[in-house]
Amino acid sequence: MTDMPPDFARKVDIRLTVNGETVEARVDAGRHLVDFLRLDLGLTGAHAGCEHGVCGACTLKVDGDIVRGCLVLAAQLDGAEVWTVEGLTDSGALADLQDAFVARNALQCGFCTPGMLVAAADLLADGGVPSRAEIREHISGNYCRCTGYEAIVDAIETVARARAGTEAAA
Amino acid sequence: MSIDFGNPDRPNSYIGRTVPRPNARRLVEGRGRYVDDIVLPRMLHVAFVRSPHAHARILSIDTEAARAVPGVRRIFTGAELAAHCTPWVAVLAHLKGLKSAPQHAIAVDRATWTGEAVAAVVADSRAAAEDGAALVEVGYEPLAVVTDMRTALDPDTPLIHPELGDNLTFRRLHEQGDVEAAFAGAHKVVSASFKTGRHTGVCVEPRSILADYNRAEDQLTVYHSTQAPHMMQTVIAKHLDLPEGRVRVVCGDVGGSYGIKVHVYPDEMATVAISKVMGRPVKFIADRLESFATDIHARDHEIDGRIAVDADGRILAIDIDDYTGIGPYSVYPRTSAIEGNQVVNLCGGPYHFAHYRARTTVVLQNKTPTCQYRAVGHPIAAAVTEGLVDFAAEALGLDPAEMRRRNLIADDAYPYTSPANMRFEGLSHQASLAKLLEMMDYDGLRAEQARLRAQGIHRGIGLASFIELTNPSPFMYGIGGARISAQDGCTVRMDPDGSVVALSGVTEQGQGTEAMLAQVVAEAVGVPVTRVRVITGDTQVTPYGGGTWASRGAGIGGEAALQAGLALKDSILTVAGAMLQCPPDSLDVVEGTVIDRAGGEARMPLEELGRIVYFRGDTLPKGLPRELVQTRHFITSDYPFAFTNGVQASYLEVDVETGFVRLLKHWCVEDCGRVINPQLVDEQIRGGIVQGLGGALYEECLYDADGQLLNANMADYLVPMAAEMPDMAIGHIETPTRESLLGAKGAGEAGTAGAPAAVMNAINDALRPFGGRVTEMPFTPARILAALGVVGKA
Amino acid sequence: MKAATAGYVRATSLSHAVTLLAASKGQARLLAGGQSLVAAMNLRLAGETALIDINGLSELGGITADGAVLRIGALTRHRELATSPLVASLAPAIAQAAPLIAHAAIRTRGTIGGSLAYADPAAELPACMLALGATIVVAGPQGLRRVAAEDFFVDLFTTALAEDEMITAVEVPFAEPGERQATLELARRSGDYALAGIVLARKADGPRIAFFGVGPTARLARSAMAVLASGGDGEAAAAVLDRDLDPPDDVHAPAAVRLHLARVLLRRALAATQTGDA
Repeated sequence: MTDMPPDFARKVDIRLTVNGETVEARVDAGRHLVDFLRLDLGLTGAHAGCEHGVCGACTLKVDGDIVRGCLVLAAQLDGAEVWTVEGLTDSGALADLQDAFVARNALQCGFCTPGMLVAAADLLADGGVPSRAEIREHISGNYCRCTGYEAIVDAIETVARARAGTEAAA
Repeated sequence: MSIDFGNPDRPNSYIGRTVPRPNARRLVEGRGRYVDDIVLPRMLHVAFVRSPHAHARILSIDTEAARAVPGVRRIFTGAELAAHCTPWVAVLAHLKGLKSAPQHAIAVDRATWTGEAVAAVVADSRAAAEDGAALVEVGYEPLAVVTDMRTALDPDTPLIHPELGDNLTFRRLHEQGDVEAAFAGAHKVVSASFKTGRHTGVCVEPRSILADYNRAEDQLTVYHSTQAPHMMQTVIAKHLDLPEGRVRVVCGDVGGSYGIKVHVYPDEMATVAISKVMGRPVKFIADRLESFATDIHARDHEIDGRIAVDADGRILAIDIDDYTGIGPYSVYPRTSAIEGNQVVNLCGGPYHFAHYRARTTVVLQNKTPTCQYRAVGHPIAAAVTEGLVDFAAEALGLDPAEMRRRNLIADDAYPYTSPANMRFEGLSHQASLAKLLEMMDYDGLRAEQARLRAQGIHRGIGLASFIELTNPSPFMYGIGGARISAQDGCTVRMDPDGSVVALSGVTEQGQGTEAMLAQVVAEAVGVPVTRVRVITGDTQVTPYGGGTWASRGAGIGGEAALQAGLALKDSILTVAGAMLQCPPDSLDVVEGTVIDRAGGEARMPLEELGRIVYFRGDTLPKGLPRELVQTRHFITSDYPFAFTNGVQASYLEVDVETGFVRLLKHWCVEDCGRVINPQLVDEQIRGGIVQGLGGALYEECLYDADGQLLNANMADYLVPMAAEMPDMAIGHIETPTRESLLGAKGAGEAGTAGAPAAVMNAINDALRPFGGRVTEMPFTPARILAALGVVGKA
Repeated sequence: MKAATAGYVRATSLSHAVTLLAASKGQARLLAGGQSLVAAMNLRLAGETALIDINGLSELGGITADGAVLRIGALTRHRELATSPLVASLAPAIAQAAPLIAHAAIRTRGTIGGSLAYADPAAELPACMLALGATIVVAGPQGLRRVAAEDFFVDLFTTALAEDEMITAVEVPFAEPGERQATLELARRSGDYALAGIVLARKADGPRIAFFGVGPTARLARSAMAVLASGGDGEAAAAVLDRDLDPPDDVHAPAAVRLHLARVLLRRALAATQTGDA
């Protein structure tokens, strides 16, 4: 790989916002977003469970969409807007889901939980009350080895109903 | 001191109530502290060079190119590391004949499974360590590979460890009664062969360790994703030649364990040894491919079974012949013979019968080592037993529920000793079955099944009774010479403001241990649960204990906490009595306040008592005991184990064109004795059921004849996901153990124990009109289509 | 599992991307959605990869109805395929296929161009292109060329793309009035690669049927199509599928099971696309 044209850089400069704050960094070309957040920014909420795009523990929000953090390179994110569980907690965006997860014990070891919450929030952002099957389908890319999923489905369903009820009352 | 559990309205009561977990909030906010979240100054990372061969002699290791990689600091071979970490041999004296070979932290001259570490590359980053590892050139001479458990003992099969004389690591034959005569005189004899797929835990957090040896203090601190910090303290001290007091193991948040993280892993020992050699913090986080190749596997069993019944459907005899392959080494320190031994102990467990024979044959293979994983041996024994019971019922023309009614041990038969010589203090099989059938509307479901069958929809109902071994005494490991503690301790302390801190030797793996301990301590001392802070997982401060295994946290750790809490209350009342000038036994503590026991009037807040004891001790009588800190340890002694029982049911639909199974609903009634936190118990059972469903339908480590693991990634090794899992109804019968005041038995493995058997029986129930049956897990479309005769046997 | 990367560059235009690709002489790869490529890089299966990031190229996006074809830009994400009214009405098989691809957080990134260029044998979209008679639009140093889907998918992970070419769009003929289409698959778990899958488009002159997961690449079931076109029934068509398909024996299912499942899917897809007068 010594004869690559000079256009190809091993280090890439990026400027983006993470949880609403501007971040400038020079990153290794191959560094994925989870490592960038965890190792460079100290945001350890997103977890690297498999690093091949299967487990969903690194689910994050980039430019409004949920993504696998391990399948997106930091180098790609110049100008992007990234939200992690830390930022979504501080903004209150996840508050009702987090309350419901705690109340329903929809987590055990908690390792999958940040990714699960981000995926759940994405589903509920569409509004309405999804069916249990729709909830199960939407989180079907997020491994949870502890709970058996039912409590998670319950918690998400509870929040969907509560939000719909609030909207109906408003 | 005692607690009036019979009174649900007793004041300050938390035992038996759902209380939120105190540690859940930080996990939902992404503020957990898992090992990989910890960064220390001058920290290095290690990546391992792993054998691509299942069996090979290591001829040479060339590290020159790897050492030139920027950021690579040092490379260790097995021979170099052997000077700093002594090898281990995993045997137990009470498992007669069990043998294994010495195992090193890094293979010294021979690799014995694909993935065994042969060198370690230490670098500034994991990426640099991986770059270096890719450039280490190892010369191998491939050796003959042993993979098939059935031929491992054949004379022409090569020996994995020639010095052991054969590939047999353990064999046990247990016989009770006259089995041959019982079979000869039986009304019906039914035989079947079963297989359980070799599978593994797939913790979403991979194995993780960060070792920090400080030469100036001669102090080793190890941050470890583990279930047994004290055991690891003992093991590390022994093999790295350090006093135990110089080894501190800290177990913070653990991202799933299920038995996977209760073992001594060579690469983790290597990481610790490297830290000691280099005098710097060294981190090892297994990547997902390493996890599949090196996390322990389990459940790799082939079993031939038969059952004899009389004309009334009563079980006369059960005969089991179990084979299992465990990889090249027995895993330290629990050994890899326990699973086969459990199959012998547990088969037939729920049933009353007289004649029993069971043999297990445990052999070596060039595959990933196997060892204890959630519900060790239970799902195997339950599948064999419940499969045979259903096949016998079918042969007799009996409904499976009626078959169980006739044969489950009567609820008034206790204490009871099984034909496997297991002693049961008190179980509730019959009541549990009755409750289950009612919860699921068994008769209604049967009617629905018949109606749909007429429409070409093939649904099945499967039942599975089971027993679960919990609260183990030293009879499990201690008597065999393993330094695995069956006792556990708890220190409970009142601080000046009246709040309470509890330090426990059992650990939090997400199951809710800390919530359970907080509830027990709050009720025992008499304070609001929010005033109790629980500390676990730090060997420097918590009393020595066994940690999390064999469903012991609540039953043993909880009882230690209860006794320590009650002792602290005694101390508080002694001081309060002196201060209030009344007999201590006329007082009580409720909701953080000392009250008159008789009338309930508040006498003094604990905050005031704390103020006096800690800051104005001069005002108290000389000689008055003023230790507002108490430690108690608990161990079970009346029974080797506290058995629990339960029964599960699966309702599912088989697409007979495709062989696909759709799970519709699952039920479980379980008796774990005293339920401390109903929500936590139910969620343990649900999570356990789904882990069992994984074994039933999806999970299997697939090897080729060369010992290569073919599906060692998350896309190819399938675990249960949300879309396919059913909702689960959980019920309880409570038969508290009389061994402890708390009366709690374990609940962590019941779901896993029975679920695969229930699914197998349900699939076979659905297939019954077609005359096919499945007995090899996982029940893949290919196996179901083969059973249906649609496609040839895979 | 940390990727070893030889370098990264952001393409600023289609011609820039093509120039970079040509200059790298086969040593660089295009980074589109990255949902397969980055996983392979992390697993160090991709070698030390140099990357040309084409995500900024707006000319590769967009879904438009253009004359008689639906033009789908190469960078169109799977989620856009699943939610586009144009796709739903003009190429319903693609709209049905898109939600079957992996999971929500992957569909937001994965692109149609990436999926076709990667040519995974178990992927849904190559089979859609075959069944719907799509044309793949390819850019290279000599400019654009159009390749029929039937000529595009060559073998396992192998397409007709030259080393210095990239996909810019696909052109899918509109569904005929009254044409019914179905994409069906049998996957062990939602989002898994299917053990077998089918895309069936019932055209006036006979159905076009493509399978995935049952051969080294997606392929048309020409024998079965001929049987049906000449008036044969579904059973007769299913019976000849062994001539069309070459399913793998692998960890997920033996070849015989995959072939059997393909036959089941053919019957089900025919039933699902049955029109009132058929």
